[in-house]
Amino acid sequence: MNLIDETLKDTPKIPVQKYTPKDFQSDQDVRWCPGCGDYSILAQVQRVLPELNIPKHDIVFVSGIGCSSRFPYYMDTYGFHGIHGRAAAIASGLKVARPELSVWVATGDGDGLSIGGNHFIHLCRRNIDIKIILFNNQIYGLTKGQYSPTSEFGKVTKSSPYGSPDHPFNPLLVALGAEASFVARGLDRDPKLLQTIIRRAAEHKGTAFMEMYQNCNVFNDGAFDLFTDKETKDDNVIVLENGKPMIFGKEKDKGLKLEGFTPVAISLKDGKHTVDDLIVHNEKNTMLSFILARMTNLPNLPRPVGVLYAVERPTYEHEVTKQIESSINKQGIGTLEKLLAHGETWIIK
Amino acid sequence: MVKDLKNLDEVTIRFAGDSGDGMQLTGSQFTTTTALLGNDLSTLPDYPAEIRAPAGTLFGVSGFQIHFGSKEISTPGDTCDVLVAMNPAALKVNLRSLRDGGIIIANRDGFNDKNLKLAGYDKNPLDDGSLEKFQLHSVDITKLTTLAIRELNLSTKVVERSKNFFALGMMYWMFSRPLESSIKWIQEKFKKSPEIVDANIRVLKAGYNFGETTEIFLARYEVKAAELHPGRYRSMTGNEATAWGLLAASAKSGLDLFLGSYPITPASEILHELSHHKNFRVKTYQAEDEIAGITSAIGASYGGAIGITTTSGPGLALKTEAMGLAVMLELPLVIVNVQRGGPSTGLPTKTEQADLLQAVHGRNSEAPIPVIASCTPAGCFDAAYEAVRIALKYMTPVILLTDGYLANGAEPWLIPDVNSLQDIDVKFHTDTKNFFPYSRDEKTLSRPWAIPGTPGLEHRIGGLEKEHITGNVSYDAENHDFMVNLRHQKIEGIANDLPDAIIEGDNTGDLLVVGWGGTYGAIKTAVQKKRIEGKSVSHLHLKYINPFQKNIGDILKKFKYILVPELNLGQLSQLLQAKYLIPVIKLNKVQGLPFKANEIEAKIDDILR
Repeated sequence: MNLIDETLKDTPKIPVQKYTPKDFQSDQDVRWCPGCGDYSILAQVQRVLPELNIPKHDIVFVSGIGCSSRFPYYMDTYGFHGIHGRAAAIASGLKVARPELSVWVATGDGDGLSIGGNHFIHLCRRNIDIKIILFNNQIYGLTKGQYSPTSEFGKVTKSSPYGSPDHPFNPLLVALGAEASFVARGLDRDPKLLQTIIRRAAEHKGTAFMEMYQNCNVFNDGAFDLFTDKETKDDNVIVLENGKPMIFGKEKDKGLKLEGFTPVAISLKDGKHTVDDLIVHNEKNTMLSFILARMTNLPNLPRPVGVLYAVERPTYEHEVTKQIESSINKQGIGTLEKLLAHGETWIIK
Repeated sequence: MVKDLKNLDEVTIRFAGDSGDGMQLTGSQFTTTTALLGNDLSTLPDYPAEIRAPAGTLFGVSGFQIHFGSKEISTPGDTCDVLVAMNPAALKVNLRSLRDGGIIIANRDGFNDKNLKLAGYDKNPLDDGSLEKFQLHSVDITKLTTLAIRELNLSTKVVERSKNFFALGMMYWMFSRPLESSIKWIQEKFKKSPEIVDANIRVLKAGYNFGETTEIFLARYEVKAAELHPGRYRSMTGNEATAWGLLAASAKSGLDLFLGSYPITPASEILHELSHHKNFRVKTYQAEDEIAGITSAIGASYGGAIGITTTSGPGLALKTEAMGLAVMLELPLVIVNVQRGGPSTGLPTKTEQADLLQAVHGRNSEAPIPVIASCTPAGCFDAAYEAVRIALKYMTPVILLTDGYLANGAEPWLIPDVNSLQDIDVKFHTDTKNFFPYSRDEKTLSRPWAIPGTPGLEHRIGGLEKEHITGNVSYDAENHDFMVNLRHQKIEGIANDLPDAIIEGDNTGDLLVVGWGGTYGAIKTAVQKKRIEGKSVSHLHLKYINPFQKNIGDILKKFKYILVPELNLGQLSQLLQAKYLIPVIKLNKVQGLPFKANEIEAKIDDILR
């Protein structure tokens, strides 16, 4: 195998065979707790990958530590179970070294935002073409139930018997603040939406950040019931669709409008408002993306899900490859002989 | 004006001034010119940690020492023969390193009331007779510089900045060096500002002509070329040599180099140097922190590149967990630690060799990693090359130890023949039949390198314990015990691949001085001197510390006494005593400075008295 030539190739490779979800299931037993939200996310990833036309030997899943980080073992692709918090950094090195690979990161709220927060923000700003699936269950599962950086203020856990004094992170705002070029949120109990997001992320050229609400039924059961239960879901979630007005509610009778910079939920049946008053979703609008992400913690507003933000900008590895190519064009490919003769030398007889 | 021309075998000059005075530049220019004349040489840059410490203060003094000669030179010199002092602080800090009768060239303009006060002088030492035992030359360097470029109408700042070239010019005259190389350098360096080129060249020549025309210098010196091994040479610093050694290994193995690194003194120049050689397909990744530096390199190694991370002591501490991961993954990786004074932030710009035990043992659990140490600045080339060779052959992380003294010090380097470098053959595993990620090569015990993108070899690796052969996660007690031993054996087995250690001197005798790393030159100088005096003393310098070369135990047994000089409190001593159960005599110094040869000589005398 000639690694050197491979990495310069930019032509997409087409698999020789058509895959099914089964082709992406490894021979390892899946050992998550029964009823864990991770199962759904795994299933949706395995469902979408066959549609992407990427040879499975070109796909790599990288993870850190935690329940979600067992993900690579269950995928029949290349997989790398790393150390706590460092998946983003490991994946970055891999993708920069091998730009032709399809590199994915599976991480949790503790792994990705606490110990790995630094690497996460730097991956976003560099815009390395890596897909990050952040399993957010607002708790530490593998270490058995301490509050996480996304746990709500005042949460009572094993490590916070008097309530957590920590203010939580909003992962979407962190990603946007770090200049991620693709930001989306999904729900473990909404497979269709998950598939859409995963597909869109896979097609995105650049860092794609997916926050997935994931129920930990052992240590934080029901954290997202409001957004996933049939009864309450429609009135508390707004599914974003590019170019469409922001309508939500069981009877599609509610909407979002902007008063200045403030989003307000209104009724379309109150006789005062029409669809024309509503915000039209625009994935490329930077300001809007922040407003939508901010809605997460504001009262009386639905929780936005779907693709919040998607813009194209050059990827890090593309810039690196460009510099290498231009340097080779200018100076010729470096050889050991040239290197050793380079600079000021003198001969002793 | 004809002056007395004296021949010297060797000279040590120290340039000293404010950290803004350009002393490092002056020193490195003098070094290049001296190297081009064929002298052997060794340098010691010595500068403060602050970027620009307050002018005139004692802690803001920046120095550059060069020892050169027509004979073999192994150290930057114990004491200097000439001290160039741009201000009173530089004089005060460096005077103790000047030998009695040595020459002082002082910039009189720098010895104003303010600077004298800052340096703590009540009276001007240039006038009060306190420097009587030296040959004092007090020169108005600033004023003469101003005069030399008066007609160019440059700002005071530019004039101030040029004065180091006046000092350089004087030294070129005094030691009969040509100006061409520095003129060429000035033209290249400042090609965007012709007026600066003009100014610097004029000042350089003015300094030279000052020596030529004035009466103040009694003599001029000549130091003939050294009798070095014939061949093509260049001047090399340790950090440059490390970068080039890595590049050479990349070229020889046909693999891309990936450097994941976070800037840290004194290792940053390796990152700088490699980032210039993009036409070697080198990828330099300036990571967000030390941990990302090493983990990105591990990711790149997983992808089939040569993953490298470079750092200094505190950075190595941060990389610890990831080194354990690399041990478990059994992927090639080179971790370069340019040691500096510690602990913690310690003395960032000073040298030390106190990370040895951190390199050998500093990880959780049983996580053996080969440790290689370079002994000289140019030797960093071979050491880096060897580190990559071992990492690739044995699928293991390797730690390469250098130090601040080697990293910044320069010496002439005999450019090797490309064909003389040991082959590095790498084969990625591609055969899908009976592929197991943790099966092993019988001889090296290394596992196959199956990189992503290879059809049919999809597999999973990670930090959890691996089942022998299959590589599946295993918590089995017996398997863990087996794997711990296997990883240990793999690293111990590298000893079979190493050349025998060679003694400098006799193979048996009263005293063996055992060293490692950057103390090589000082020990060598000391031992040679004592041997000439007829003492029964030999020198063994270790390039491999984990594992030790196979003949070390036998060598140690053949001497009555073993002396181990180290810039720490006895870390190699501990390793040798533990492994070979022999008593050793320690000589330790932890001052942020290299050994002087005479310190080792004194200890040898002491032992053999």
